[in-house]
Amino acid sequence: MSGFLRIQAIEKRWRDGVTVGPISLDIAQGEILSLLGPSGSGKTTMLRLLAGFESADGGRVAVAGEDVTAVPPAQRRFGMVFQHYALFPHLDVGENVGFGLQGRANQKVSEALALVDLAGYEKRKVHELSGGQQQRVALARALAPEPRVLLLDEPLSNLDPALRERTRHELREVIKRVGITTVFVTHEQEEAFDLGDRIAVINQGRLEQVGAPDELYEHPVNLFVATFVGRANVFRGKAARALGANGNGVLVVRPERLRFAGAGLPGVVRERRYIGAAAFFVVEDDEHERFEVLAEPDAAKVGERVYVEATRVIAL
Amino acid sequence: MTVRLRRSEIAAAALMLLLAWLVIYPILIVGAEAAHPTALRDFLTRPGEWAALWASVWISLVSVILAAAIGIPLAFLFEWFDFPGRKTLGALIALPVVLPPLVGVIAFLFLYGESGFVARAIQSLLHLQNAPWRLQGAAAILLVHAYSMYVYFYLFTRAGLAKLDVSMLEAAQALGADRRATLWRVIVPLLRPSLVGAAMLTFMTALGSFSAPYIFGGGFRVMTTQIVATKLNGDLPLAMVETVALALVAVAGLVILRRTEGDDILVALGKGIAPRPRPIQRAGVRRLATIAGWALAVLLLLPHLTLILVSLVPYGAWTTEILPPVINLDNYRRLFSEPERLRPMWNSLWMASVSTAVAVALALAAGWLVVRRRVALRRAIEALLALPWALPGTVFAIALAITFSVHAPLQLRFVLVGTAVILPLAYLVRGLPLTGRGILAAYRQLDPSLEEAAASLGAGRWRTLTRVTLPQLKPGLAAGASLAFVAGLGDIVASIVLYTYETRPVSIEILSSLRLAETGVAAAFGVVVMLVSAVVLGVGARR
Repeated sequence: MSGFLRIQAIEKRWRDGVTVGPISLDIAQGEILSLLGPSGSGKTTMLRLLAGFESADGGRVAVAGEDVTAVPPAQRRFGMVFQHYALFPHLDVGENVGFGLQGRANQKVSEALALVDLAGYEKRKVHELSGGQQQRVALARALAPEPRVLLLDEPLSNLDPALRERTRHELREVIKRVGITTVFVTHEQEEAFDLGDRIAVINQGRLEQVGAPDELYEHPVNLFVATFVGRANVFRGKAARALGANGNGVLVVRPERLRFAGAGLPGVVRERRYIGAAAFFVVEDDEHERFEVLAEPDAAKVGERVYVEATRVIAL
Repeated sequence: MTVRLRRSEIAAAALMLLLAWLVIYPILIVGAEAAHPTALRDFLTRPGEWAALWASVWISLVSVILAAAIGIPLAFLFEWFDFPGRKTLGALIALPVVLPPLVGVIAFLFLYGESGFVARAIQSLLHLQNAPWRLQGAAAILLVHAYSMYVYFYLFTRAGLAKLDVSMLEAAQALGADRRATLWRVIVPLLRPSLVGAAMLTFMTALGSFSAPYIFGGGFRVMTTQIVATKLNGDLPLAMVETVALALVAVAGLVILRRTEGDDILVALGKGIAPRPRPIQRAGVRRLATIAGWALAVLLLLPHLTLILVSLVPYGAWTTEILPPVINLDNYRRLFSEPERLRPMWNSLWMASVSTAVAVALALAAGWLVVRRRVALRRAIEALLALPWALPGTVFAIALAITFSVHAPLQLRFVLVGTAVILPLAYLVRGLPLTGRGILAAYRQLDPSLEEAAASLGAGRWRTLTRVTLPQLKPGLAAGASLAFVAGLGDIVASIVLYTYETRPVSIEILSSLRLAETGVAAAFGVVVMLVSAVVLGVGARR
């Protein structure tokens, strides 16, 4: 795959000894890449390195073959949507969207607003808009100058949960319609999966794994990715062997890949959390380790002695 | 419920009438009595009157420009760049605000005046016959104004910059704006309310400034000194016309500046993070910034230091030498041992304390009625509290002098001039906007559910007030009260019009010491006032 946006061994060394990188990534034209990691993992630093707000201490960034590592943000032609949107409060919606355009560009402003379904909002004051509308204005403003790459810094974190899912789909739809290469930062796995074509998992400044959602979920390369992406039970020693591990390896099993059976790992059901179509059963094994089983709501009762077997395991 | 509502409305009406009697009534009386044909003709035909009025206007405008030219770059330097000593220097250069105007002016006199420290040094270094300059006229006034009023621009701009959201600047950059475009299209518009606020404060302070033109003006008259001179000459009708003219200029200035302020659009849209100060990378530049910063701090501290030095020189001991030959505590000893000298100090202290206490009480009542009870008269009460800020102190001094020198109980006019009541009353009027603003702002930030929580836990009104409300209001209350106290302690504008020998405050004593060439005693008074002010403001600013 030839990268449209190529990140080669980019690195940022902070004064207090914290280092982000070196990280290398290739992002194809029109692809949406999610940068996923816990807070403090360095994903926002990565995004700011791409935007040019932080200067890299090593490595390079190239777009369509052009090295932009030393290009200041104003000339980089990367659009950015900020976490709190950073809409200019002294300008109206139209002036915000037109900020990055040359001269009077009413046509382009209304096109950009139409793209995010806010046609006719030009004269509205920014603080009169709802959170979701502000987010869309920020997106329109970033897209209006036709940037080469779009960067999004947790653009959904300021919205209430009910709105978040719908906005997520609208966001993906707009990005795909424009066809712009996009890097998106989030700390929520569901968001990363839903929005990204591929996901790059970052932890403690290092890139742990890059891949499509199902690849990360089914084939995590290490324990961090396995437990950070999705729910995971971790088994070691005797319990792992009871589920089919050979040797002393660590076994990761998703709750939906465990089921109650006649034989296998013995334990007692301690809790049942009913979620509608199914229920999570918290089982405690004889070593007093607890794990979760996702099964039919009436598959077991609290206090019942059960045996658990795995239908699919991830051996690490 | 309706009964309680009615009761607070009655209380609000009473408070409004009291404030109106204090704040508006005297002004109205001056306005009415100024309509005096001879006085009006005198004012309109004498060129000196127009010259003084015009001088007030242009001195104030140039003061705004000078203060902005010094204060704004300093604010950017200290808010955006990091260099050794940034924190200490950043606090030090806000110092002129601590000095009551009169103390600042005499400190300036001792430092840069024609027989001041600097002039003396140059004279003896170059073996000149006479002092190298005379610090007099418009230039001297502007120098003092620039020195003391840049602080408004410095503090307001710094506060505005600290509120800037760094992602705003980054957003502008990401949209292709270079540094200059970011400055003019984003930073300046966002700073506008701060800049207009500073300009307004500077303009009003300069327009009302009395000490600098009084001490340094010489033949150069501005309206404030003109009014006092006319009053001392006994031409009361003319003084009233002049007062009205000055008040009109102040109101016009406020209206024009208000218009440029624009709507208060800067509703925070997100939690902004202010830009971090950038370390200066190049060692040479950093050293230069550090040296320049310290040199500036010394320059700004020099008047304070000179004042202290002069206060240590006994009477007649310092004639032509560059440095004083004798230094001791004689002046302070005289100040604290001679009852006649101690008296003005006590006068000022008790008058400032009483006026501050009353100003706090009125502001607390106003806060409760305006914010909590949301009485119908809330806008009127707020406007009355703020009004004295909008007019120069001389205007109020004359208005009080006219209103309260007549015995007419039916018109609510009593003879208070010449009694011990009139000066505290004048200080109270000047202190109301300060305590009012601090306490109202604090009341607005106070979550009403705190008081409801206290009530639900069984606390009565008194207990709620003392255990919950007042502790929560403390920062705003302390800030407002300390400013009002310091303003009263150092006041000269009202004092020079209204004092009697028995109630003469420390500022009048400083002036008469200067007139008797007792510079050491005057400086010692200045140092005491400066220290008390600094301590009170320091306590008031503590969170």
